[in-house]
Amino acid sequence: MSDAFDVLRSATRARVALGRAGDGLPTDRLLEFRAAHAAARDAVHTPLDVDALVDELAGTGLDVLTVTSAAPDRATYLQRPDLGRQLAEGTRLPGGEHDLALVVADGLSPRAVADHAAGTVSAVLERLAGWSVAPLVVATQARVALGDPVGEALGARIVVVVIGERPGLSSADSLGLYLTWGPRTGRADSERNCISNVRPPHGLSYAQAAETLAGLLLASRELGASGVVLKDEGPALE
Amino acid sequence: MTARRATVAGHTYEFPTLVEVMAKATPARSGDVLAGCAATSEAERVAAQTVLADLPLTTFLDEQVVGYDEDDVTRLVLDTLDAAALEPVRALTVGGFREWLLARAAAGDEPAITGLARGLTPEMAAAVSKLMRNADLVAVGRRARVITGLRSTIGLPGRLASRLQPNHPTDDALGVTASLLDGLLHGSGDAVIGINPATDSPAQTIALLELIDAVISRYEIPTQSCVLAHVTTTLRALEKGAPVDLVFQSVAGTQGGNEGFGVTLDLLTEARSAALELGRGTVGSNVTYFETGQGSALSAGAHLGVGGRPVDQQTLECRAYGVARHYDPLLVNTVVGFIGPEYLYDAKQVIRAGLEDHFCGKLLGLPMGVDVCYTNHTDVDPDDTDTLTLLLGAAGCSFVIAVPGSDDVMLHYQSLSFQDVLTARQVLGLRPAPEFEAWLQRMDLVDDAGRVRELTADAPQARALLAAAR
Repeated sequence: MSDAFDVLRSATRARVALGRAGDGLPTDRLLEFRAAHAAARDAVHTPLDVDALVDELAGTGLDVLTVTSAAPDRATYLQRPDLGRQLAEGTRLPGGEHDLALVVADGLSPRAVADHAAGTVSAVLERLAGWSVAPLVVATQARVALGDPVGEALGARIVVVVIGERPGLSSADSLGLYLTWGPRTGRADSERNCISNVRPPHGLSYAQAAETLAGLLLASRELGASGVVLKDEGPALE
Repeated sequence: MTARRATVAGHTYEFPTLVEVMAKATPARSGDVLAGCAATSEAERVAAQTVLADLPLTTFLDEQVVGYDEDDVTRLVLDTLDAAALEPVRALTVGGFREWLLARAAAGDEPAITGLARGLTPEMAAAVSKLMRNADLVAVGRRARVITGLRSTIGLPGRLASRLQPNHPTDDALGVTASLLDGLLHGSGDAVIGINPATDSPAQTIALLELIDAVISRYEIPTQSCVLAHVTTTLRALEKGAPVDLVFQSVAGTQGGNEGFGVTLDLLTEARSAALELGRGTVGSNVTYFETGQGSALSAGAHLGVGGRPVDQQTLECRAYGVARHYDPLLVNTVVGFIGPEYLYDAKQVIRAGLEDHFCGKLLGLPMGVDVCYTNHTDVDPDDTDTLTLLLGAAGCSFVIAVPGSDDVMLHYQSLSFQDVLTARQVLGLRPAPEFEAWLQRMDLVDDAGRVRELTADAPQARALLAAAR
């Protein structure tokens, strides 16, 4: 296709001016699409290497615990979000009194967690001098709301869930951070604050995400709340 | 109310209420399992279908799935039902109704099928669809003729229209324009040029409406624009004099579901009246556009029916059509694979739901289209969307949605590409809306056989359109 269509291509990330083979796609465009879709599918279905992540997180000096949700496998996890919000039966966590619990959850992109979670957690902890932080928790087959029973059991005033976001066609590795004040089972999504699209170099850097989160954490601790009320006071969110 | 029973494979299954008959008769899907209303075995499903087949159609006039007193959708449907229109099939059972429809479809008797629409409740359409196989849904769907118009005509025989969806993550004017022109060069946009805005504000909506309107006016394209903002946002834009062709809203099948969308039936009436007053139509006066999708009521926690029992998502979807048809829409589409695997898990479920939604919408009198789409955590790929698209083309689907290269860079899901629309038209011998087809000819974007030309960027036709991007 002639370069004059570059007017369109340079104007948007959308897949414009792909050309045609008859009424279908040219072979190279077809394979490009398949590669992007394959990356997104693999990001959803390749299980998180929990041991490797635990080793990485141990570098923070904090204890690292592992839990699973009540969803026994990926297929159930995808069809039963309610199970992904509950801890597996018999899960035990050490109670305590902490300012903050950090839960690293595979979510819909274990790949995002493998790529970016340790770097993000380190960047966050660097900015929280003087905070008492509970043992780190790695959770699998987990939804955002699994952080509520985890944070509650650990005795944390705030829980932050670091979770793999639903992969897009050109963003299979996007991480999200969800802050909830006073974690307990049954918290509504409107009671959370979210920082999305942590995926350097294309999205937010670890430092940017950690900086924004640290600001939200301070504001949440001061206000004794999170969610819509905090959003109005806090820094601009992605 | 006495329990209804049927025996399958030596076991007798009992269904205490109509809500349970409907839910358990529904072909398998994850959303009904999540809601806790699905059949627990294949035998129980067939038993429920057996019970359903023997129910008189008039059962649905006497017995409700969602209560009349509790829900304004039920009231809207029953209070506006046309008893005379039901007359040809009033004495039939649901199973008999399936056979009646198949016989009329085989005979090509479109008026008989189309004439029923205003006499049918959404639950009647849902019930008969649960007994049908996919080919039944195709065979009857293509004979339920629904024709609407504003500046193009939707739903004529032998036509497949498309919504050109030039979304952009930041509503950037140049970015939107690039996708819009790419679509026009591929012969898309005859149903509507419709943008999902990244920001739902009157100012943004007005800016996007003016952008599309400028392209439509500059090239005198016989189609309509839409910015799919919330209906209250569109009303504000309209009050400020924006060029609003269509008022859009997502709707659900229960009062609670619509409250979740922030709409009431009165608000929709007001919006339709306001758009009608602008008189922007040339070939018709249908000025509303609705989107629906199985699972939306459940995701809003508004899926309970009589006795607090969970209603299956396909019956609730049909009830959303009962809402939409009250406002004489130009376009209605189900967004079939968007909601995720907890509602429709895989390709089998998505394909089935797409065919059901098209059939039920048409049977109830709607200009039904389908957004053939999927998210990356659903077990669906482009082979599956090819299958559904070709089936829908055969079923006489009014329109599909198309985005550049199947990749919606704003909503982060995959729909059809412009090339997919060309392929469906070519394979099935379908053509664009007639007014738009004439425009494509005037612009020399199609050859003498009606095929959309593959143009180089320096072709005069391409240069003429690309000028709008500069």
